[in-house]
Amino acid sequence: MTGVLLTGTAGWIFVVFAVLALGTAVAVIVAKNPVHSALFLLSSFLLVACIFFLQQAEFVGTVQILVYAGGIMVLFLFVIMLVHQRTVKGTTAFQNQWDIALLLTPFFLIPFLYILGTEKFVDVPVKPDAFRMAGGKLLGNTQAVAEALYRDYLLPFEVASVFLLVAMIGAVVLGKRSTEKMD
Amino acid sequence: MTITINHFLLVSFLLFAIGFFGVIVRRNFLTLLMSIELMLNAVNLNLIAFSHRLSDLTGQVFAVFVITIAAGEAAIGLALTISFFRQRRTLNVEEADVLRG
Repeated sequence: MTGVLLTGTAGWIFVVFAVLALGTAVAVIVAKNPVHSALFLLSSFLLVACIFFLQQAEFVGTVQILVYAGGIMVLFLFVIMLVHQRTVKGTTAFQNQWDIALLLTPFFLIPFLYILGTEKFVDVPVKPDAFRMAGGKLLGNTQAVAEALYRDYLLPFEVASVFLLVAMIGAVVLGKRSTEKMD
Repeated sequence: MTITINHFLLVSFLLFAIGFFGVIVRRNFLTLLMSIELMLNAVNLNLIAFSHRLSDLTGQVFAVFVITIAAGEAAIGLALTISFFRQRRTLNVEEADVLRG
């Protein structure tokens, strides 16, 4: 059978990681305390990073752990502590929008299942070393990604740096306490 | 256990759907942002799965870009959360009904 991505033990490991990632993702939504949500989100990110490792995407998996688990989660936890709010009794954590959510579900689910059932993805010859070739030599995944990033996708890379600068300035401006309103 | 691209698509779809549900049903600003991160993560999963399926490195490169976007989005979103909390002393998204700062 063509198009098989993982077999044997690797397949079962994928199933375990995927089920755990989905379970922790549900826990993010359900948890009442934002700190619990953040920690469940952290475990979900780590499990998805493990799925990346299973698919020969070592660099992306590492970046996922560094940026998400290291950077974004710390940012989240800091903000949770900054805006520490006591849970108000009598209010629910959920909005009354379950009906809208359930109504919207078929709009996404039916096209998805249709595509999944009918689409035959093109068969391409499997190149086993595709993720490790850099400069015509067999090197690591990081070198291969770096070569693609700095040679073929240099302009998007530079645009991303401008984007990060804009995001940084925006965060500083938004987070700054305005001097006129200080009392 | 034999895993094909369809399994990956299913997991990614479910992850995206969970994030989408979170955006719709939660009240807390912070949980909303976390749900958006979940959705971006689902997109990454898809990119990596197709990259693996097609033996093409491009998917991995774009997954890195998506992570960049997610980092910027988190920074802006959390800054907005802080400035919103300063004004209203709450994190309820239903309270966010004016545009002026």
